[in-house]
Amino acid sequence: MEFALSEEQRLFADSLRGLLADRVSIDALRRHADGGTGFDAALWDSLVELGLPGLLVPERFGGAGLGVLDAAVAAELLGGAAAFAPFAGSIVMATLAFVHGATEALQDAWLPRIAAGEVRFGVGFSQNGGQITAAIDAGAPTHLLVYLPDGTALVVAAEHASMRMHRSIDRTRPVTDVRFDQARAVVLDAANAPLATMQRVLDAGRVVLAADTLGAAQHMFDQALAFVKQRVQFNRVIGSFQAVKHQFADMVTMLEPCRAMVWYAAYAQDALPDEARLTALQTKAHLGDVGRDIARMATEAHGGMGFTDLLGLHYWFKRISFNRQMLGGPEHCREEAARLQGWTA
Amino acid sequence: MDLSLSDKHLSLQEEVRGFIREHGHESPKLGGGRKRPDRKALDWQKLLVDHGYVARTIPREYGGYGAEPDVMEAAVIAAEFAGAGIYAGLTNQGISMLVPTLLEVGTETQKQQWIEQTIRGDVIWCQGYSEPGAGSDLASLTTRGVLQDGHFVINGQKIWTSSAHYADMMFLLCRTEPDQPKHDGISYLLLSMQTPGIEVRPLRTMTGRAEFNEVFFTDVRVPEDQIVLGRGKGWYVANVTLKHERSMIGSAEKMTTRLEQLITLMKERGLLGMAEYRDRLLKLQGEVIAWKAHNLRLLTEAAQGVDSGVKRMIIKYGGTMLGFRLASLAIDALGTDGLPFESAGEDAEDDDATTWNIDYLYDVGLMIGGGSNNIQKNIISERGLDLPREPKVARV
Repeated sequence: MEFALSEEQRLFADSLRGLLADRVSIDALRRHADGGTGFDAALWDSLVELGLPGLLVPERFGGAGLGVLDAAVAAELLGGAAAFAPFAGSIVMATLAFVHGATEALQDAWLPRIAAGEVRFGVGFSQNGGQITAAIDAGAPTHLLVYLPDGTALVVAAEHASMRMHRSIDRTRPVTDVRFDQARAVVLDAANAPLATMQRVLDAGRVVLAADTLGAAQHMFDQALAFVKQRVQFNRVIGSFQAVKHQFADMVTMLEPCRAMVWYAAYAQDALPDEARLTALQTKAHLGDVGRDIARMATEAHGGMGFTDLLGLHYWFKRISFNRQMLGGPEHCREEAARLQGWTA
Repeated sequence: MDLSLSDKHLSLQEEVRGFIREHGHESPKLGGGRKRPDRKALDWQKLLVDHGYVARTIPREYGGYGAEPDVMEAAVIAAEFAGAGIYAGLTNQGISMLVPTLLEVGTETQKQQWIEQTIRGDVIWCQGYSEPGAGSDLASLTTRGVLQDGHFVINGQKIWTSSAHYADMMFLLCRTEPDQPKHDGISYLLLSMQTPGIEVRPLRTMTGRAEFNEVFFTDVRVPEDQIVLGRGKGWYVANVTLKHERSMIGSAEKMTTRLEQLITLMKERGLLGMAEYRDRLLKLQGEVIAWKAHNLRLLTEAAQGVDSGVKRMIIKYGGTMLGFRLASLAIDALGTDGLPFESAGEDAEDDDATTWNIDYLYDVGLMIGGGSNNIQKNIISERGLDLPREPKVARV
């Protein structure tokens, strides 16, 4: 039994952390935030070079053949850096849609292109196939992956869709409304159990968003902790006041078990099918709640500076808010967990 | 990441399962622990010691099983006993605190004299630490020990002393060096509860039970050689002991069991149809999933010999709060049926409502005992997060 990241996972995390530290400064964040597409072509190229888009693509299609746990490790770092990169939808959900729900011929046609970073997917759920509200990662996609209520998955080229991008409260990722009018679509063939495949894709997305929140919350916590260790008022470092210290004790007591929870849920997507759905739903819900508390308390610890645009802490605050609402907020996820366990109809 | 057991641990699991099949019927029932272990509990304890299911890593020369430390083995054993609802052995302060402390800092004579008898349940200990005026600020304790004719003569009072009413022995902190700074003036003594001059008065708590005692000392004479590590070293020894106490509270298995009981209760009472009850239960389920995963992480780090730092320090605070929230929902689920409260006594099995109420009330005690949660938050922030200590207030 070893409940820990492997040596390879830690090395991979180190490379990604290093890349993000070089490429995603607060100045770069501000520059790209104005555009609001959630896409930075230069950063994307470096991520492609690192092999990030092929993370979940099986090796025979040119990817790294890794699992949701590896994706969660990456997502934690992307959230920590508030990086402009289509990941949860484009890299994780779209790849898994092909891996778990497409014919060999379709996999052959698409997965190598995903791994090479040539295609990027906005992902959304549609009631009737005509439109999607709030598609994820659809700021600058080449294609859209659309799920219908019965689990049917469609791929449409972005140029055949009419897209209306909203800059979201989280300037690092937009939300996009999409309309289709007689658009040509490729139907992914998940011959056995399309609904289960859709849930699997959706749950992986939820775990990855929870991991993104974990990274963003950890970043805010670390910033706040560093701040209260150097800010002086009443001739004392404010981190020596018990009220402040106890708030940090509360934060770390909430936040630290979340890392193990994210690892567990991510590992369950890969290896524990009986626990996969429940842990994904509960992890998405729990990180949504803890993330909000950490975001609020870490901002508060900074005093007035925390409220300014100058410090830029709000980018992470808003990233956490975005993650909370996307792919089902805590109440929705818990209610789905209740249905899953037969606790409610 | 690998949640499967190694061959070594699988074969231990098989062995424990075999033991439970063969001997499970001899186990005393779960719970209790507030009274002196009876014959059945003592026989069971000795059987467990002989098989290495308790005191597994205690060296053979002190009556243990002499296994190499392996936290995964301990986890496998604990899981099998918990899963089968079988009593996993005595959990008292002698076994969990005094024995590890003696192993670390005791003399050879002390180890020979006390460890075997303690782990087999033949000697029961109580802990003489807290005083009416020395709770969180334990080092300000004032019970005196004055050396006269080869004996420390003890005068003073202790409080919150669990099991003092039936214990054979006490490990005691008292002030033997009044001229030294407060932390350096304390010694750690071992004494028989039969020594003349000791008076034990039961202290009833809000659970209605006498879980604690007050202990009064009037000219109690303790032989000079019953000191651990030496004069003025008591604070250091006590910290060795407290380290062991803090790691034993807040286990994930207890949370899992309690959550499952809570789910059953809420189903039986038809409350899952009410959205607010259901959402509270679901939130707690999420927290328990996180807590279990966190414990797996700690277990792995312990097996690797890694110091988990702040991740370990949050266990007592986080665990007692989570336990209380679970019990609170059960009380709310019971509604007015949770109000009748008639404990059948310490030996008998209570009805569900009383059992939940006792957990609910007792958890409040757990938040206070062994370093209250406000003290835990100081520890987490100062030692775990490296925030500055409170400035010392001038003595008034």
